[in-house]
Amino acid sequence: MGSRASTLLREEEIEEIKKETGFSHSQITRLYSRFTSLDKGENGTLSREDFQRIPELAINPLGDRIINAFFPEGEDQVNFRGFMRTLAHFRPIEDNEKNKDPSGTEPLNSRTNKLLFAFRLYDLDRDDKISRDELLQVLRMMVGVNISDEQLGSIADRTIQEADQNGDNSISFNEFIKVLEKVDVEQKMSIRFLH
Amino acid sequence: MDWFPLDNLLCMLLGISFTVWFTLLLVFIIVPAIFGVSFGIRRLYMKTLLKIFEWATLRMERGAREKNHQLYKPYSNGIIAKEPTSLEEEIQEVRRSASPRELDANGTPEFDISDILCFCRRGVESIVDDEVTKRFSAEELETWNLLTRSSAHFQHLSLRLTLLWGLGVLVRYGVLLPLRVTLAFTGVGLLVVLTTIVGFLPNRRLKNILSDKVHLMCYRICVRALTAIITYHDRANKPRNGGICVANHTSPIDVIILASDGCYAMVGQVHGGLMGIIQKAMVKACPHIWFERSEVKDRHLVAKRLSDHVKDRGKLPILIFPEGTCINNTSVMMFKKGSFEIGATVYPVAIKYDPRFGDAFWNSSKYGMVTYLLRMMSSWAIVCSVWYLPPMQRQEGEDAVHFANRVKAAIAQQGGLVDLLWDGGLKREKVKDVFKEEQQKLYSRTLVGTHKDRSRS
Repeated sequence: MGSRASTLLREEEIEEIKKETGFSHSQITRLYSRFTSLDKGENGTLSREDFQRIPELAINPLGDRIINAFFPEGEDQVNFRGFMRTLAHFRPIEDNEKNKDPSGTEPLNSRTNKLLFAFRLYDLDRDDKISRDELLQVLRMMVGVNISDEQLGSIADRTIQEADQNGDNSISFNEFIKVLEKVDVEQKMSIRFLH
Repeated sequence: MDWFPLDNLLCMLLGISFTVWFTLLLVFIIVPAIFGVSFGIRRLYMKTLLKIFEWATLRMERGAREKNHQLYKPYSNGIIAKEPTSLEEEIQEVRRSASPRELDANGTPEFDISDILCFCRRGVESIVDDEVTKRFSAEELETWNLLTRSSAHFQHLSLRLTLLWGLGVLVRYGVLLPLRVTLAFTGVGLLVVLTTIVGFLPNRRLKNILSDKVHLMCYRICVRALTAIITYHDRANKPRNGGICVANHTSPIDVIILASDGCYAMVGQVHGGLMGIIQKAMVKACPHIWFERSEVKDRHLVAKRLSDHVKDRGKLPILIFPEGTCINNTSVMMFKKGSFEIGATVYPVAIKYDPRFGDAFWNSSKYGMVTYLLRMMSSWAIVCSVWYLPPMQRQEGEDAVHFANRVKAAIAQQGGLVDLLWDGGLKREKVKDVFKEEQQKLYSRTLVGTHKDRSRS
């Protein structure tokens, strides 16, 4: 008897996650509750099928890419720490946090890290470059069958042309950051967690 | 030698207590059930329980304050706050801020590499909190109701609370459960026996009157077997012959709750075993609609049998649950259009359970029927409200799906439930690809706009 959900998550773990991600105590317990409700196999990890069971995510055209972002390279299961680490990218940037840590380790939800998350959605082979092919593939995921190959090709060409600065016909992370410098990334890539 | 008188005394005592027990049962429960009156014992019980729960909550809050912890609050308000803007609007907003002069020759903004941000955030939002998956598991409680099964999130249990909980276990499993099981067997047994007897009567009118009485009586006994405390609202709108009664579905108990207040023709699949025996007996007394497993797939056959039944004014109104599966009573999910195509008057009914006294939701992937019934009978009580809504009819030129959604919205509003368009079948099945294709189409429109010659190329 007692709190079954929290006894599986020890206080020390909650403290560690708090330090690493910046979420509050109650947010972590709530998200743990969510994690366990998604974990149908009840083995403490989530698989890709567990994510795909969420209908709103399954109908998202980029659903598979987003799910992929939770899994480290080559792995098929994600535990709660990994889950929280990925979600931490979407915490809003609070003012006091901007000045908090001068020692150098950037918080997971900094603007750069948010942009890196988005960059990795495009960068299919994780070679730190968005090639024309990769851009085409992602575009194809987003539009389905509604746009012809030629049109899509020209959209991809235009996009690379605008972003590419060193002429290698692909977009590096720095070029990506430059293209999006006017976009309010902090707001668009942040989720308002309650409490 | 010394034991004999003691033995005799024991037997006598047992005999007397049994008799007393059964007399009490008869007088206080079965006889009122037959006549449809109530002594108000159950409501008194409910009020007492509420006071105990309040006390328990206060103690837990005190315990939490002493230890300087936060009391767990379930996410009834959501874990996150979502933006109310649509995907299209958001994408246009981001494009405009990214490159304000980025328009092509026809004046339509084209793809921007920042489009991905919106998809990304929405996707992660749905991972943290989505509208559908949480409807298929029991609702979380605000305060603890002294049942182990809902104690997952509640800490700070003092000694007194634990003792109270222990007492609760004794009362529920030692006193209430045997009582309820006895009543349940009595109710079901009487139903089978009496409906079979009524079935032998030749006279149509007498048969109908007796059948109604028998059904009502047995359902009332079953209601008491669950200690169900039901409040009916707007009885004037009760379904009439030739109509179809639709209600939101939370558990098999819904049937008992509605049928103890009115007579309905049930619709369902033929089962084997005990259910099958009950079904065969019931149909002898009055015409219910039972389908063979193979017939269920045949839409036309189903529709024909339903509309034939409805056209016969002598037959009882049909009771149908259009969601097709049990939902956890926080929302109403998609209504299947079958019952709305027939053209009969629809009588919507909203059923809302109070989860504090016992969770009525049947999570069929977690519990079988027998486990579920045992859980029901070992809760404190089943408290619910039933609203009979005014009858609705399909309007000129309205299609069945639109009509179904209209009825669904009325039920959701009355019951205080969230009105969802998602299919309850998502409990077991994957979402259909066509919805993803819709999203892709929506996004493509933001790329090429509404220029017809463009989209035709």
